[in-house]
Amino acid sequence: MGSRIEILNEAGFRSDGRRQFELRDLTIDLSKHGEADGSALISHGLTQVLVSVYGPREAKMRSHTFHDRANINVEVVVASFSTGERRKRQRGDKRVLEFAATIKSTFEPVIRTNLYPRSQIDIYVQVLQQDGSTLQTCINAATLALMNAGIPMTDFTLEENDIPHVTVAVMPKTKKVVLVTMETRLHVDRFEEILNLARDAGAILHQEMKEAILARSANISVP
Amino acid sequence: MVEITIRKRPRSEAVVTQRKFFKKTARGKVIKVLRERYLRDDVGCGIQSCQECTESCTPQANHLVMSGPDHGLFPDGHFLLPDTNVFLSQMDLLESPLFRPPIILLQTVIEEVRHRSLPLYNRLKALMAMDEKSIWVFYNEYRSETAVIREENETPNDRNDRGIRKAAAWYTTHLNTNVRGKAPKKPPTIVLLTEDAANRQKAEKDGLVTLSVRKYVEAMNDASQLLDLLASESEEIEPTRAASGKQFLYDEYLPSATLIGGVKAGQLHQGHFNANQYNYLEGSVSVPAFSKPVLLIGRENMNRATNGDIVVVEVFPEDEWKAPADEVVDQDSTLKNDDVESGDEDDGEDLVARVESKVVEYEKRDAEKQPTGKVVGVIKRLWRPYVCHIDSTSLTSSNATSLSVQTVFATPVSRLLPRIRMRTRQAPSLIGQKILVSIDRWDVTSRYPEGHFVRALGKVESKEAEQESLLLEFDVPYRPFGKAILDCLPKEGEQWVVPQKSDASPEWRDRQDLRDLNICSIDPPGCQDIDDALHARLLPNGNIEAGVHIADVSHFVHADTPMDNEAASRGTTVYLVDKRIDMLPALLGTNLCSLRPFVERLAFSAIWEMTPDADIVNVRFTKSVIASKAAFTYEEAQIRKDDANQKDALTEGIRLLNTIAIKLKAKRMAAGALNLASPEVKIHLDSSESSDPIDVEQKEMRETNSLVEEFMLLANISVAQKIQETFPQTAVLRRHMPPPKTNFEKLQDILMKRKGLALDVSSSGALAASLDKCLDPTEPAFNTLVRIMATRCMLSAEYFCSGSVARDTFGHYGLASPIYTHFTSPIRRYADVLAHRQLSAAIGYSPLHPSLHSKPHVERILGVVNKRHRMAQMAGRASVEFYVGLALKGREERVQKSGAGAVTEEAFVIRTFRNGLGVFVSSLGIEGLVMFKKDLQFDAENYTLSIPKPGSADLVAISVFDKVTVRIEVEKDKNTQRGRVKMTLLSPVDSKDM
Repeated sequence: MGSRIEILNEAGFRSDGRRQFELRDLTIDLSKHGEADGSALISHGLTQVLVSVYGPREAKMRSHTFHDRANINVEVVVASFSTGERRKRQRGDKRVLEFAATIKSTFEPVIRTNLYPRSQIDIYVQVLQQDGSTLQTCINAATLALMNAGIPMTDFTLEENDIPHVTVAVMPKTKKVVLVTMETRLHVDRFEEILNLARDAGAILHQEMKEAILARSANISVP
Repeated sequence: MVEITIRKRPRSEAVVTQRKFFKKTARGKVIKVLRERYLRDDVGCGIQSCQECTESCTPQANHLVMSGPDHGLFPDGHFLLPDTNVFLSQMDLLESPLFRPPIILLQTVIEEVRHRSLPLYNRLKALMAMDEKSIWVFYNEYRSETAVIREENETPNDRNDRGIRKAAAWYTTHLNTNVRGKAPKKPPTIVLLTEDAANRQKAEKDGLVTLSVRKYVEAMNDASQLLDLLASESEEIEPTRAASGKQFLYDEYLPSATLIGGVKAGQLHQGHFNANQYNYLEGSVSVPAFSKPVLLIGRENMNRATNGDIVVVEVFPEDEWKAPADEVVDQDSTLKNDDVESGDEDDGEDLVARVESKVVEYEKRDAEKQPTGKVVGVIKRLWRPYVCHIDSTSLTSSNATSLSVQTVFATPVSRLLPRIRMRTRQAPSLIGQKILVSIDRWDVTSRYPEGHFVRALGKVESKEAEQESLLLEFDVPYRPFGKAILDCLPKEGEQWVVPQKSDASPEWRDRQDLRDLNICSIDPPGCQDIDDALHARLLPNGNIEAGVHIADVSHFVHADTPMDNEAASRGTTVYLVDKRIDMLPALLGTNLCSLRPFVERLAFSAIWEMTPDADIVNVRFTKSVIASKAAFTYEEAQIRKDDANQKDALTEGIRLLNTIAIKLKAKRMAAGALNLASPEVKIHLDSSESSDPIDVEQKEMRETNSLVEEFMLLANISVAQKIQETFPQTAVLRRHMPPPKTNFEKLQDILMKRKGLALDVSSSGALAASLDKCLDPTEPAFNTLVRIMATRCMLSAEYFCSGSVARDTFGHYGLASPIYTHFTSPIRRYADVLAHRQLSAAIGYSPLHPSLHSKPHVERILGVVNKRHRMAQMAGRASVEFYVGLALKGREERVQKSGAGAVTEEAFVIRTFRNGLGVFVSSLGIEGLVMFKKDLQFDAENYTLSIPKPGSADLVAISVFDKVTVRIEVEKDKNTQRGRVKMTLLSPVDSKDM
C-alpha cells in the first residue's frame, strides 16, 4: 500500500515467488573447518555466514581473564564483497562493533561460562554474503558452531525476523526471549503480533537446526 | 494461524533460482544485484474444468470458464493470452463491455505494462477488478515450467516475449492433458494475441496459435462496433515502415536525454502546458524560472502539446518576446474548410495559414511582454478519453447508411483541445451523438492528433449523455459500488438501529447519551445526507452550551477496508444539478449515518461552553448517541425563529444559536475574514421526474445559513487545534494560502483606471476593508462583481498534512483563522473521515490506524482528495452551466411565443478584447462572449472598446465594469450539434449585424 513495491501481491506471492509464511531456504553445513574447535556455515536465502569457535582456551591477555567464569570474545568480519556494492569496512567500524556486542550479549546468559574460569571462548563470525537478516543468521550459525565445539549451553539460541525488521532471539525450550532488536518504526499495536510470529518462526528454525545437529552427531558416534 | 514453513530452493539449479542483474544507482554507480527466485508447482492455471489445478493455491475466486463457440475461428472454445503490446495500445478494446472472451493475463505482461506506463497499469488493475470481465492472472514467473532466464545478448523485451510464448506453449500442452473441449472432445485453443509481427512468426514456428488484434476482432460476431475501438496505430508494428513522403508540419522532439540535461542546466524549462480557451493558437507554460508564464504562440511553437501535458520549452531571446493576443480566435469558425482525408496540404490550407499568420502577427506591446518560446519535447502526455462531437462537415460519404471506413474530425467539448482525426465505420450513426475519443498519437506530419472511437454516450443534449460526459470530462468516478464494498456495510441493512443502551454493546462503549437534548438539523431543502445537527441551551451559571453533532461515519467506515479505499479514491461526493454521485454507499450516506429526525443515530459531538459574549470557556469532544427532534430547511428555521409566538425549547435553541452565531461572525470579521462572493444560482426543476429546468434564480442567503456556517467553522477550527496538538506530524488540516500580490495587479489596475478605487491587498483584513469600500452608488451589484473578480485572483484552499509544511503556513487566508480543517461533512468529504479518525484517537476512543501515523500515506491520500475536490467543483459548475443553457432555451421559446423577440439580460463587462467583450450576467451566473466580426478601435491601456453606432459615425465607448444589455440566444452549431449560448449587444449599441 505504501510504496510502489508490493510486499505481497494480490495472489499472495512475495516478489521472489514465496508466500507469506514461507521462510527462505536454509542450508546448514557443520563440517569441520580448519583448526576451529567448532564451526558452522549457514546459508539463509542468499545470506551466508561462517562462524568458527575456538576454546575454551587460555586467554591471550591476562586482563581478559575472569577468575570465576570464561570470557566470551566475539569478532565480526564483514567481507567487502558481501553486498552488491563493494565496500570495505574498517575493523573499528562502529556498526560492526555493535553487531559483535549484540551477539556477545545474546550468548552470555546461554553459555555456562562458570564452568570455565580463567579461560576465553572466541567466536569468529565471517559474513560472506548479505541479503537481509544478517544478524539472525549470525546468531543461528554461532549457536550451531558452539554446539559443534561441544561447549555446554543451557539452551539453543535462535531467532527470526520480519518486515519491518524485528530480530528476536528465543531459547526454544524455556521459550525465553534473549534478544529483541528493531531499527525501524512500528506501531505498538502491531508489535505483539509480529513478536509472536517471529517466535513461531523460531520454532520452525529450531526444528531444522536440531535435525542438522542430530545428523552431525550421528556421524560422530560412528567413527 | 497459517503454518510457517521453510521453502527449499535447490542449490543445484542456481541458474534458474537466482536472478542476476546490474542496476544503476541515482549517483550513476553500477552495482550488481543478485535476487533469489523460488519456483513452485502449485501456481494454478485458473481454468475451471482443469483436473490438475483443482486445489490451486492462488486465492482468486473467479476461475475462467471457456468461451462459447461465438468466435468464428475457434468453434471449440478458446482462451486469449494477450502480450504486453496489446495492453499498451488496445486498452479501450479490452475495457469495452462487448469484449469479453476469457483472458489469461501473465505476470510478465503485468510487470511490463507497469514498467512502461503507470496510467495504463492502473487501468489494467481496474480492469482486473471488474466483476464482468473474466481475467485470470497466471504467475508464470513463479511456476517452474514457465519461468525463463534472460539469455546472453537478449534484450529484456525479447526475454519477456519468449516468456510469454513459453507460457502459451505450456498452457497448450496443459489443456491437452487436463481439459476437454465441448462437443468434439477437442481441447480449447490458447490464442496468443500480439501486435508484434516478429513475435508472431516465432510463435508460429513453435506451433502456437497466434493472431493480431485486428484479425481476432474481425472474426468476432459483433466486430463492427469493436473495430472502431482499435487504436489507429494498430497497422502493425512492422520492422520496416515506409517513410511517408509527407511534409513535416512540426519539428521533431529532442531526445529525452537532451531534454533532461537541458532542464538541469537551466537552458530548457519544464512545466504543464495550458491551452488558452479564448485563442486556440496560443498556450502558456508556467515555469519556475520566470514570474510570468512562458507564452507559446502559433501551432508550430505549441508543437503538438495538448492541455495538461508536461512539456519542455525553449525560451526565445528577449527581443522576440511578445504579449498575449487580445483577440478571440475560435477554432470552429476558423477551420471550417479544413479537409480531413488528405488533410494537410490542400486549398483550405492557404486560407487557414493566412488567418493564422494574421493572428500571430500583432504589435508588440512592451508593457505586457511575456517570455515567449516553443515546445521542444513532451515529458509526459496527459491524454485520456475526451468527450467529442463528430464534425458533420468532415464526413466524406453522403450515404447515411454507409458502413465503410471513413476519416472524420471529432471536436472535443472542451475548448482547450485540438480536434482529433479518427477513422470509423459508424460515422453516420454517430452524428448528433456525444462520443468518447482517445488520442493515440500525433505525428510531425499531421496537423491534428489521431485517435480512435471509444464509445458513444448518447444523444447530444439528452440528460444522460450530458451527465455522463460531464463526469468523464472531470474524471469523476461514477461506477456503482462493487460487491466487496457493499459487503462492508452493516449486515442489518436498512433495519440497522442503535441498540438498547447497555454496557455490553460495543456501540455504547464510551458514548455519551445525548438523546434528551433538543437537537435539530438545518439544511437546504431536499437534503438527504444530513451530516450535522445543532443544539444550544442555557447553563445554570449563565453561560451557554452549544453543540455541533456530526454523523459518526468512522463508526461504519473502518480504515483499510474496500469501502474505505473506494471512498478515499472518490474523495468527495459530487453534486450535479439533478444527480448526486456518492462517496459512500447510499445506505450509509442517506440513512444510517444521516442524522435524520426522530430516530436515534450515532454522532461525534463537539460541545462548547461559552460566555454570553461568545467567548469559549471550554470545548469537549465526545462520541454520542443523539435523536434529532426536527430537520428544518433554512427557510423553515428562519420563519420559526422570526415568529415571536413560538416559545418552545427547539425554537429558543435556534434563537440562542443565532445570537451566538452573530457574535462569532462579528469576531471573525474583526479578525480579517473575507466576505467572498461566487456566482451561485439555483436551478428550478419542473418536477423531480422530468427534471426540465424551468428557470434560474440566484441563491438566497438567510440568517440561518450564516448560523449553520458559523458553527461549522467553529467546530472545524476547534477540531483542527485538537488533532494538530495530538498528532503534530500527520494531522489532516486545510489551509488557504495568501495569494501572491501579482495576482491582483490587473484587477487593481482596472479598478483604479475605471473607477478610481484602490484595492489594498496587503492582508486579508485590508482586502476585506477595501472591498467594502468598492461601492458604486448607482450600481448596487457592482460590489458583488468586484468580489467575484477578487475571488478569482485568489488561490484555492487545499488539504495538507501538518508535518509536511512549515508551521507558519497553516493559516486559512479567507477565514483568517490560524488553523483549520474539515470535520463537519464526513458523509460527503473524505478528509472529514480522516479528521474523525484522528479526533477519535485524540480523545482516546479508539487507536489510530497505523496508516494515519504515516506522513507519506496521509500526503498521498490528501493529494487525491484535493484533486477530486477541484474536479467535483468544476463538474458541479459545468452541470449548472448546462442547465442554465437549457433554461435559457426554454425561456427563449416562451419569449418567442409571446412575441417579445428575444431574451435580454443586464450584464457587466469584465474583459475587453480587440474583437469582443467578456460579459458577466449576474442574474444567470454565467459568463459570455460578445464577438464582433471585425477589429474595432481598442484601447488596451484603458480597457475600452469603441464601437461605431449603426448608421452614424459616432463611436460608443464600452469599458470594463460598464453595464450593458445583451440579447441571449441559444444557438446550435451546425457541424457539431453543440448547443451554445450566443450573446449579442443590445444596448448601448445593437451589435446584431456586427
